[in-house]
Amino acid sequence: MIGFETYPNVDQAAAALRDDGVYFGGGTLIMRALNYGEQDFSRIVRTTDPALKQVEAAGDRVRIGADVTMREVIASSDLSFLTPVARSVGGPAVRNVATVGGNLFAEHPYGDFTVALLALDGRVSVAGGGEHDLSDFISSRTTFNGVVTSVSVARPGGQDFRYHKVSRVKPKGVSVMSIAAWLPRATGRISNARLAFGAMGETPLRALPVEQALEGTSLDASGIESALQAVIGAFNPPDDPLASGWYRKEVAPVHLRRLLLGEGEK
Amino acid sequence: MAKMPLQFSLNGRDTAIFVNGGENMLETLRRGVGDMSPKYGCAQGTCGSCTVIVDGQPQLSCLTLSQTMEGRSVETVSGLSDGPQLHALQQAFMDGFAAQCGYCTGGMLMAAKALLMNNPNPSRDDVVEAISGNVCRCTGYEPIIDAILDAATKMRGRAM
Amino acid sequence: MASSSIEFRKELFADERPEDLNEIGKPKQRQDALGHVTGRTAYFDDHKFEGLLHMRCVRSPHHHARIRSVNTSAAEIMPGVVRIVRPQDIPNNMNTMLSIIGFGRDDEALLQDKKVAYKGEPVIAIIGETELQVRNACKVVQVDYEVLPHVLDVEEALTPQAPVVNEEYPNNTFDYHDLYDHQKLRFGDVNGAFAKADHVIEGEYQMSPIEQAPMETCGAIAAPETNDRYVCYTSTQALFFSLGLSAKFLNVSSSRLHFIGGTVGGGFGGKVDSLHEPMAVLGSMLTGRPVKFMWDRAEEMQVGAPRGAERWRLKDGVMNDGRIVAREFTGFFDAGAYTRLSSYAIIKGTGHLPGPYSIPNVAANVYCVYTNRTPATAMRGFGITAVDFAIEAHMDKVAEAVRMNPIELRILNAYRDGEMKAHRRLAKNTALIECCQVAAQKGNWAIRPEFSAMSSLQGDSAKVDIPPTVVDHDGKIGDRKRGVINDAAPSKDGQVSDKPTSTVAPVTATQAMGEAAREPARVGADTMPSRVRSAEQESMPARDLPQPPAPTPAPPPAPAVPQQSAFAAPQNTPSDPPSTPVVPSTQQEPYTRGFKRPGTSPFVRGTRRR
Ligand SMILES: Cc1cc2nc3c(=O)[nH]c(=O)nc-3n(C[C@H](O)[C@H](O)[C@H](O)COP(=O)(O)OP(=O)(O)OC[C@H]3O[C@@H](n4cnc5c(N)ncnc54)[C@H](O)[C@@H]3O)c2cc1C
Repeated sequence: MIGFETYPNVDQAAAALRDDGVYFGGGTLIMRALNYGEQDFSRIVRTTDPALKQVEAAGDRVRIGADVTMREVIASSDLSFLTPVARSVGGPAVRNVATVGGNLFAEHPYGDFTVALLALDGRVSVAGGGEHDLSDFISSRTTFNGVVTSVSVARPGGQDFRYHKVSRVKPKGVSVMSIAAWLPRATGRISNARLAFGAMGETPLRALPVEQALEGTSLDASGIESALQAVIGAFNPPDDPLASGWYRKEVAPVHLRRLLLGEGEK
Repeated sequence: MAKMPLQFSLNGRDTAIFVNGGENMLETLRRGVGDMSPKYGCAQGTCGSCTVIVDGQPQLSCLTLSQTMEGRSVETVSGLSDGPQLHALQQAFMDGFAAQCGYCTGGMLMAAKALLMNNPNPSRDDVVEAISGNVCRCTGYEPIIDAILDAATKMRGRAM
Repeated sequence: MASSSIEFRKELFADERPEDLNEIGKPKQRQDALGHVTGRTAYFDDHKFEGLLHMRCVRSPHHHARIRSVNTSAAEIMPGVVRIVRPQDIPNNMNTMLSIIGFGRDDEALLQDKKVAYKGEPVIAIIGETELQVRNACKVVQVDYEVLPHVLDVEEALTPQAPVVNEEYPNNTFDYHDLYDHQKLRFGDVNGAFAKADHVIEGEYQMSPIEQAPMETCGAIAAPETNDRYVCYTSTQALFFSLGLSAKFLNVSSSRLHFIGGTVGGGFGGKVDSLHEPMAVLGSMLTGRPVKFMWDRAEEMQVGAPRGAERWRLKDGVMNDGRIVAREFTGFFDAGAYTRLSSYAIIKGTGHLPGPYSIPNVAANVYCVYTNRTPATAMRGFGITAVDFAIEAHMDKVAEAVRMNPIELRILNAYRDGEMKAHRRLAKNTALIECCQVAAQKGNWAIRPEFSAMSSLQGDSAKVDIPPTVVDHDGKIGDRKRGVINDAAPSKDGQVSDKPTSTVAPVTATQAMGEAAREPARVGADTMPSRVRSAEQESMPARDLPQPPAPTPAPPPAPAVPQQSAFAAPQNTPSDPPSTPVVPSTQQEPYTRGFKRPGTSPFVRGTRRR
């Protein structure tokens, strides 16, 4: 028998989790586990706290409530740069319930939205206070037993943010890989680029060697050459039914080039 | 074994029922209420046969915890026609040979209805996107897309 | 609306088809469409039962393992558990699907108690109140396995050291005609033709298993009915198959089983295996309650029998002008761990060789191989699709080798009406040439005028004469296991049959069906005699029977006789005198083959008309 508890306040929900509770975002992954008898919880906990549904722009950053759904991301004018990313998650019925908070915990090859958050210098706020760098948070997510309240990201200027998802089924399909790049430019040259890849490891990952290789270069065929070299050894992707790790490694430079040069986008 | 009470609106009628903890809405609708129109295809959100409309938006009933439906408005294909009068989508699916084995059809119709409620004048790409979470294995996507576009045209004509 | 993308080429074969038909060729509303669009069509799972129980299986995590022991004590006390179902609960726990037509030996249990031979093979079933409770109970069943070496490759499975997958067929191959470890096809003399050909072109083609993946997963619900009967709603594509096999497994008269089906949420061949119906009915017998046994999507993908993988090697003898004078096949069907329908797919597939082409010399060895994979079953174009892929891929390879336009190559070699096919029937209603011409036109693919002018109606009467057929005895059952033979390809040193098949007359399809020929047979119109078959032989489909070669000189025509099989197995006494022809469709024979165990269902025993 699975219990179900709803709390008006997120701190109460976090306290109620204890050992056998699971926090319920949109439930797409929780219900799948339950339907297949693979649940490792006996209580479902959620909150109706309005704070988790808010999108708040402040200065050069924007804070996205953890319970905001992919559909709500698409509808939000403050998050227009994330529209293509949210649109790439599942089909309309999945997007209608799938949350930003839940995406942080979605296992390989899922987590496309988190890839974008990583590239945009995401910072995670959790119930009970505290803000964590998203990279650090993801690497230890399996041991996290609390509630994420929001994720804050940088608001990229104009054409500085790019996202590309590679999948075998169109228009909806699970990632062979997804790539997000935030490419701020100073006088035509890239400075402080941030790139992240999805489905290239157990979790979404930043591509530090690629970021370094892009520093001070221009976005043209010769400027990105060393970045394409750098991506080859950057990851050790797993095999899954969609693609082998070998294949993912081989095609990573191809998709990175298309993203950086704006080629092959439909 | 305690069961939980649940009240919601199904196809415009108030419905009250008891559900098991952790039960999904597909099971509640089918075995609890007796509305067999949403279908089990995968229980993991990948096939769309169980698609229903919740408060105007498409939702996968197999991934919906029944207890979260308290006070919500749920629509299934059972409530799509107006008595004996078929909905334009139903008529278009029949006329356009958009149903073969019929198992995906209810979910397709719900996904299509949700689209047309939010966007009465969809492009072909919009239609493809709207049914992108619904699998048809008899592979009749083209007639399905045509039927949805056909219904949209007819519904716009009627509204004018 | 109701526009159709079908384009009719009515100018082709116009005089072979009446144009005044009321239904054929006209769009027609599906009679079930209204139910589909209103959500009222009732599939097997759409029937409500008070107190419905759920049944699921504990499955092997190994490809191949001996079962040392099973401990269900923890599961028995789990909440909601109503009944543990063990192999011993099944009255007749051994079957092969085609026993229903008397083909092959029983080789598969519904629940295994000795050995599992593929990942996901069921060992124990549990019946309980809710699906989640049954899942939880299945998790705590302890099965002690002794893991055995496994084989997943068809050719590895043929080696002497390969593990034995299926105890009933210890050579890892189905036994054909109680004689060979493969199905033979011999037509003319391929080796003689290879020696004279300008080119010999070889290729190997490998297909993957393909899951039918119907939207509705396989399942059945059974419940006690009145008069000691059980009702069973099922997703089966083969209602009478499922009925007969359930009666056999459960050792009850089929009159006690009330099966309701016919509304299938997609099948594509994947819903014929009849595993769910006997389980659900058994569950209902054991609990006295309605029981549902249904695969979830993961089971459908893992243990649902796919189209099996096939490996084909082709070898063509080709002249410089593109004429294919010989074609040899070595084919391996991956049946998985049990026979199911693969043995039959091979007979069907071999009958299809060498594809829609007139080739005077054809040989094939086709193997039904057991491996530790999920058993294979039917899928659209069963037995044909994979070898057609191999053939057409090979045609392109041949075209490249002789530098010929691939469509012209196909037209040149296409079969035409009245030509002799390798299974020794005259080709009839052929249309490959016209298909090629239209395809070339649609694809803007230029072909020369003489190829545009060719027609399927212009058969070459010379191609009716069958060259003397070379036969051999290679590949007897068990030879490979004993290391006596390892080459899988058709023999290089067969002998011309002492009964020249060139004297064998063509038999048209209508003749084979037992109708009188409308016109006299053409070219060397002698007809093959037939022997009265033994009951043992008769229990196989007549056309697939090994037949003796024709004696010379041949007796007068006997039109109602099935022609000598191209699947030549010349073990029978060639000197048998011609005897009264037998029309197989009216033959009555005891229907016993495959049911030699005690406890055989009364339904399937006895005399049946085939
Ligand atoms: C058919 C289908 C297609 C999909 N396609 C994609 C895709 O293309 N790309 C992609 O990235 N994902 C995809 N997903 C995965 C998933 O739907 C999304 O990643 C989604 O964002 C998960 O959110 P959720 O709210 O539904 O998670 P839930 O199921 O509610 O939760 C998932 C996990 O996250 C935890 N969690 C959720 N919210 C919080 C929080 N605020 N604080 C702490 N823990 C939390 C839960 O406890 C649980 O462990 C798909 C899923 C399905 C079923």
